[in-house]
Amino acid sequence: MTDLNRRNPISHLTDRPSKPSISRVVRSVEFPLKAAETPAGEIPLPSNVGGNYDTDWARRYLSRLTRRLALASLGKAVIAYYANPTIRGLDRLHDLEGPAIFAANHQSHADTLLMLTSMPAPWKHKAFVGAAADYFFGNKSTAAISALFIGAIPIERTSINRNTIEKAVDLLRGGWSMVIYPEGGRSPDGWGQEFRPGAAFLAKQADVPVVPVHIRGTFDILRKGRNWPKKSTSTVNFGRPLEFADDDNNRSFTKRLQTSVEALADETATGNWYASRQRAHSESNPGIQGPDGSPWRRRWALTDIEDKTDSRRRWPYV
Amino acid sequence: MPARQGLVLEVDRSTPPILFHHGEGFRFEKLPSGSRVIYPNEPVEPIEDVDSAIRDALANPLGDSPPLEALLQPGMKLTIAFDDISLPLPQMQAPDIRGRIIEQVLDLAANAGVDDVHLIAALALHRRMTEAELRHAVGDRVYDAFAPHGQLYNFDAEDPDGLSHLGETDHGEEVVISKRAVESDLIVYVNINLVSMDGGHKSVATGLSGYTALRHHHNVETMRRSRSFMDQENSELHTKNWRQGRLIRDAGVKIFQIETTLNNNTFPEPWDFLQKREWEMNAKERMFLFGTKKFLDKIPRKAARSIFQGIRAPFGLTSIQAGEVEAVHEVTTANVYRQHLVRVEGQTDILSMGLPYLGPYNVNSIMNPILVACLGLGYFFNLYKGKPLVREGGVVIMSHPTPQEFHPVHHPSYIDFFEEVLADSTDPEKIEHKYEKRYAEDEWYRHLYRTSYAYHGVHPFYMWYWCSHALEHVGEVIIVGGEERAVKRMGFRSATTMRDALEMATDVVGRDPSLTHIHNPPVLMADVV
Repeated sequence: MTDLNRRNPISHLTDRPSKPSISRVVRSVEFPLKAAETPAGEIPLPSNVGGNYDTDWARRYLSRLTRRLALASLGKAVIAYYANPTIRGLDRLHDLEGPAIFAANHQSHADTLLMLTSMPAPWKHKAFVGAAADYFFGNKSTAAISALFIGAIPIERTSINRNTIEKAVDLLRGGWSMVIYPEGGRSPDGWGQEFRPGAAFLAKQADVPVVPVHIRGTFDILRKGRNWPKKSTSTVNFGRPLEFADDDNNRSFTKRLQTSVEALADETATGNWYASRQRAHSESNPGIQGPDGSPWRRRWALTDIEDKTDSRRRWPYV
Repeated sequence: MPARQGLVLEVDRSTPPILFHHGEGFRFEKLPSGSRVIYPNEPVEPIEDVDSAIRDALANPLGDSPPLEALLQPGMKLTIAFDDISLPLPQMQAPDIRGRIIEQVLDLAANAGVDDVHLIAALALHRRMTEAELRHAVGDRVYDAFAPHGQLYNFDAEDPDGLSHLGETDHGEEVVISKRAVESDLIVYVNINLVSMDGGHKSVATGLSGYTALRHHHNVETMRRSRSFMDQENSELHTKNWRQGRLIRDAGVKIFQIETTLNNNTFPEPWDFLQKREWEMNAKERMFLFGTKKFLDKIPRKAARSIFQGIRAPFGLTSIQAGEVEAVHEVTTANVYRQHLVRVEGQTDILSMGLPYLGPYNVNSIMNPILVACLGLGYFFNLYKGKPLVREGGVVIMSHPTPQEFHPVHHPSYIDFFEEVLADSTDPEKIEHKYEKRYAEDEWYRHLYRTSYAYHGVHPFYMWYWCSHALEHVGEVIIVGGEERAVKRMGFRSATTMRDALEMATDVVGRDPSLTHIHNPPVLMADVV
C-alpha cells in the first residue's frame, strides 16, 4: 500500500537532470540573439507593437494576394473541417454597395476565420479586422501573422488610442470593409455580452453602413481558455445593413445593432423567420445575453438553444 | 446612356449574318436584301432601391385600397399567393423579386400579429414546384418558416375539398377558386408581369383556379377571337378573365394585388452578347459566340440543356404597384409596353423567328415539339398589337431542332397527345371536341398532377389551342433544322436551311415575298401600324 505521507525530498526535484525541450532552448537564447530588456529606471523607447504596430504593409498587393490565397485554400479547409458552416442571409446584402462594417457576436477565435471565409465577394477581398492590440499585437511575431493572414489592425480595448481609430476610419473611407466584434472580446460562457459603441462610432465617422451578423456554434471550437480547436457545426446569419440615421446617436445605434443581432440569433435558433419577426416587433426576442443567475444555471439554459441537429453520439448512449 | 429604342433594320448587302436562337444552340442566317429585322428595346433603367420601392408601393396603394398595413389585424386569415415557375423567363438571379416582396408583406403581418398565414404557389394546371424552386422564389427564410408547418404549398386544382364554387358570370362562365383564398380575410397576390398578358384579374381567377373554370377561356374559340391575347383591348381571353375576376370581387373576396415589371436584361455575363445587335459585339464576344456555337453543336443535347437551364437572368425591377386589381394592372401594362413595344410599319409575307431553349412550360425541363409550336405560334406570333406581323395566308418560319423528346415526369400527357391525338388530327377544334374531356378527367394524369410534378392532363390541349389563332391565320409553317418526324406530325414542314425554307415558302406567298425576322429574345412586342 502506498504511504500517503511519504514525500519526495526537495533534493529529488531540484537535482533531477533537465530534459531537453524546444521551449527550454528558446528561453536560453540571450542577447544579441534576443532583445535586451530595458533596465529598471530607464524610460523604454516607444513601442512599435500593440496599438502602435504599423499594418500598412499588410494591405499591399503581395500581402493581399497571399492572404486571399491562404484564406481561399487553407482557411476555407480548416473552417470546413472544424466549423462546418451554414451561411444564411446573403440575399439581404444584395443592394449593399461600397465598404461596410460587419459587426458580429464573438464566441471563439474561429469567428474571424469563419467571417473572412463566409463574407461574400467583394467585401471579403478587401476586409480588415479590428483585433485586440494587447492580445494579437503583443509581440512582433503574432502581430505580423495577424496582420498578414487576417488583415488585422490593432484596436485598444482598455484605453482610447486615437491612432487606431483614425486608421480604421481612413481604411473604411478608402473602400475597405471591417470585421468588428462590438462585445469587445470573446464570450466567457457562451452567452453574448452587451455591445459597446465602437461600431456605431466608426459607422458615423466613416459614413458606412453596419451589417449585423450572428454567429452560432463556434463557442465549442476555440472558446476562451481553450488552446486547441474542437469540431462543431456553425451558422453565420447576415442581417440587413443598418445606416446611421440623422436622429441616431452612438447609444441608440448600438442598441439597434444589438437588437438586430438578437433577432438574427432568434431566427437561427428557432429556424422560423416569421415567428422571430413577430417577436422582434413585440420586442420579445429572447436576446443573446442569457438569463441572470449562477454560472451553472446560465450554462444549463444555454443547452436549451444549442444546436439539436448534431448527430454525433454523446454519452450516455441510449 | 438612356436605353435605346428598338430598331427595324432593313437588310442590305453589308448586313452581317443574323444570330438566330435555335433551341440549345444558335444559327447564323444571311437574310435576303430588303428583309427587315426587328430588334427589341434595350433594357429600361431599373429601380435602384428596390426595398424602398416595395415599401412605398405597400404604403401607397392604387385605386380605392387602403395601405396594406391597415388591412392586417390580429386573428385574421391571410393568404399570400404568388406566380409559379413559369415566370420570369429565365428564372431571375437570387434574390427573386417575389421573395423580396413577400418578406416585406410578412414583416407587416408579423408587426400586426397575424398568425394564420398561408403561402400558395398559384400554378393552376401547371406542374407543382419542387422544394428548390419554391426556395428560389420565396427565399430560404420564408420557406423554412412556413413549409415545415404545411403553410407554404403548391395549389392543387384537383383537390375536391380545396375548391370553392363562387357562381357563374352573366355569360355562363363558372368561377371556381381555392377554398382557402375564398375563406381568407385578405389575399395578397404577388405577381411578375413579364408580358402584357400576365397579371390583373388573371392572377387569382386563373392562377388559383382549375379545369372547371379555365375551360371557359382556355379554348379554341377564345384564342381565335383574341387578336392578340397579348393586347388587352382586343383579347377575348382578357375579357373573360375580367368577368370572372369581377365576380370574385363582387363575391366579397378581398384581394390586395402587387404587380411588378422587369426590364429585358435577360442574359447574364458571359451570355450578355445575346442581347446585343450583331454589329455591336466586340471581338471577344464574337469569339465567344463562335466558340460557344461550335461547342454546343458538338456536345450532347442533354449537356447543352443543362448549361442553358442554369442561366439566371439579371432582370432589373422597372416598376412595382400595389392595391386594387384593375387600377394596379393599368399602370403595370403601361410599364410592360414601355419595355416591349417596338413600332413596325406594315405586315410581311414571311415571318421568321429563332426559337430559344426556353418557354414558360419547360423550366428545368425539356422543350418538346408541342411546346416548340406553342412558343412560336402561341407566344411569339401573338406578341403584337394592331395586326399580326405576318399577313393572312403568309408563312411562318421557325428555327428550332424540335427533337421528339419529352420529359416523362413533367409532360406525361404530352406524350399521349403527340402519339394519339396529333396522329389523328391537328385541327384544334376537332381535337377539342373529340379528346379534351377525356384527357382532362383522366384519373392517372390527375394523380400525377396532384402527387408528382406533372402538368395537368389537359395542358397539351391548351398549348395547341394557343397556336390556333396562328394556325388559322397563316398558310404554312416551316421549321428550319427541325426533326422531320416531329415536325410532320404537327402538320408543319421541315427545312434543312433557311435558304430551303425560303424556297419552300415561295410556293405559298409567291416568288418575291417580303421577309421580317423578329430578333427575340429579349422579348419584344410589335406595334404593327
